[in-house]
Amino acid sequence: MAAEISPRAKAWLAVAAVPIILYTLLPIGWIVSLSLKPSADITDRNYFPRSLSWDNYKYIFTGGGHDVFVPALINSIGICLIATVLGVGLSAFCAYGIARLEFPGKRLILNAALLTAFFPAISIVTPLFNLWREVGLYNTWLGLIIPYLSLTLPLSIWTLTAFFRQIPWEMEQAAQVDGATSWQAFRKVVLPLAAPGVFTTAIISFFTAWNDFVYATSLSSTTGGSTPFKAHGSQTVPAVLGFFQGPSQFIPPTGYVAAAAVIVTVPVVVLVLFFQKRIVAGLTAGAVKG
Amino acid sequence: MSTIEMKHLTKVYGDGFKAVTDVNIDVADGEFLILVGPSGSGKSTLLRMIVGLEDISSGELFIGGERMNDRAPRERNLSMVFQNYALYPHLTVFENIAFPLRLHKNRTDESTVRKLVNDVADVLELREHLERKPANLSGGQRQRVAMGRAIIRSANAFLFDEPLSNLDAKLRGQMRTEISRLQRRLGVTTVYVTHDQTEAMTLGDRVAVLRRGVLQQVASPRELYEQPVNLFVAGFIGSPPMNFLPATVGDGVLDMPFTTLPIPEPVAAAKKKGDLVIVGVRPEAFEDASLVEEAQRAKGTEFTANVDVTEWLGNEKYAYLPFEPHPDVQVALNELDRELDGEAMRTQLVVSLDGSSRIRQGDDARLWFRPSAAHVFDAESGDNLTRDEQRAAEIAQEQEDERKRELERARDREPVNA
Repeated sequence: MAAEISPRAKAWLAVAAVPIILYTLLPIGWIVSLSLKPSADITDRNYFPRSLSWDNYKYIFTGGGHDVFVPALINSIGICLIATVLGVGLSAFCAYGIARLEFPGKRLILNAALLTAFFPAISIVTPLFNLWREVGLYNTWLGLIIPYLSLTLPLSIWTLTAFFRQIPWEMEQAAQVDGATSWQAFRKVVLPLAAPGVFTTAIISFFTAWNDFVYATSLSSTTGGSTPFKAHGSQTVPAVLGFFQGPSQFIPPTGYVAAAAVIVTVPVVVLVLFFQKRIVAGLTAGAVKG
Repeated sequence: MSTIEMKHLTKVYGDGFKAVTDVNIDVADGEFLILVGPSGSGKSTLLRMIVGLEDISSGELFIGGERMNDRAPRERNLSMVFQNYALYPHLTVFENIAFPLRLHKNRTDESTVRKLVNDVADVLELREHLERKPANLSGGQRQRVAMGRAIIRSANAFLFDEPLSNLDAKLRGQMRTEISRLQRRLGVTTVYVTHDQTEAMTLGDRVAVLRRGVLQQVASPRELYEQPVNLFVAGFIGSPPMNFLPATVGDGVLDMPFTTLPIPEPVAAAKKKGDLVIVGVRPEAFEDASLVEEAQRAKGTEFTANVDVTEWLGNEKYAYLPFEPHPDVQVALNELDRELDGEAMRTQLVVSLDGSSRIRQGDDARLWFRPSAAHVFDAESGDNLTRDEQRAAEIAQEQEDERKRELERARDREPVNA
């Protein structure tokens, strides 16, 4: 961690970083710029807008786009939150078992989890599409939450296992001797100590689900209108953006899509900026101490 | 408060390694028992079997007369201080100490908790640290928090797992006295694991010496010091350690480096002429012959030897006298030394002289010792051939009487409603 970096090397690193930062920030800046342009200026080939307008944002929140975008946003938030809570809860128990107990097949579980994480989603989508339609999960919240769990669980299990392993065994043994049941020891000692890990895992899981496009476009067809808890309608923001039509087919919906894209990027950016250190700690926990 | 009875306790690990073999110890109510031995002797495993963190492979454990083999740790009502304290880092000192009280279903009400924690904090002088987190405390303070957590509950017994090994030497001495005072005051049965023979000697009512999972001797510190059962116990107890000299049985005497020794009665019976034995004499049994009074002098043996190095410590002076060991015995002695975690560079006799002795290094010194202070061990089995069972029993009785008196005195002085 505390590897010494000479000032000279630092300067070089900074120089090398500039093109990479530009490369990644340019498109984001462009999206922001597009979302702020009046619709007439969209194709004026200027990177910076000549005149600013909030029309695109107004359209998706209160105007014609409201009925499509707002329910999609609610779907996104709801589905991702539920998937995260379930995923972290389940993986906490699983990881605790893996970190603490010796049982045959332990490696198998970890490796299977890893395999699932790398399994290409696109190959599952088609069978899942048929299956979901048969059992009535197509275009429902649950129909997306379940595949999202399969995305987030492996990652969560790995990060949480690494975190639980860092908690000294003796801490728990002390709790047991003090008179705690296994459940009390887990809840009062292990969980509070692993809180940073649980938190990081939750954020990473949330983003994984939040950014998903493949499942969202394939397993849902409508947003379900303005009432979120209807049985049908689970399109999330990324899916809606892909099929956004705009008010008329003669006006390209570029500005509205850009505005919506900015709206869904904001929570990601805010969370990452806030919890930068913790996320990095979570991602490297396995690498350093696993 | 309870008795602890260990009956044929054995621990065999999955790979067949026997960590503890057939240990039988009865700990009396209010007694302070020390488990001592070099690393790998199974002392910590034995303690963890008592508390329930290790399963008992065979044998039985009774606490307060109840069989505990299959009880979970929390059902045994014992409290333990861990080597690295195992404090809960996310809780304040107050909550750490209060932790055991907060676990039970019929929870102690808040005002009682507050009162109990404050009482414990007063005993351990932690009052001003109650709101701090363990990470901000010094080693000694953490140690006291761990003890606080142990004594807050009226546990059947206290268990300590090398509690002082993470402290520096000065603090270790202070905490040692503190633990001793606390145990006497509360009068709670205590089992204490250490690898440090000084801690064992100073704290324990009785000391159990373990070697590779096998109990060697359980006795009062004085009995261990004066009447060890074998070479291992003799070498482990005492600092600087006992000198072991190879000797051959001659005509009525034992021939050993520097001098000869009249053959003690039991040795003459067990060994014949030409047999090898090991003679053990403690450094403090020697004295500068010129400082010994005439009347005393006649009762001992004198010899002259060249002194290699001396070390003057003020109240005493150590002198080192190298000698050529007998090769047969040397193997056994090296083995013993390795087991005791030592790494002796050379074979030498260490003698502890009075601080006023004028012997300097390089001198041919005239030294005196009393033959009755010497133990003779079998060169092969290591058994003490000169152990006086009758004297040992006397010492055990004296120590037991003293312990009971001490405990009663402590209870009279400070009636604790533990």
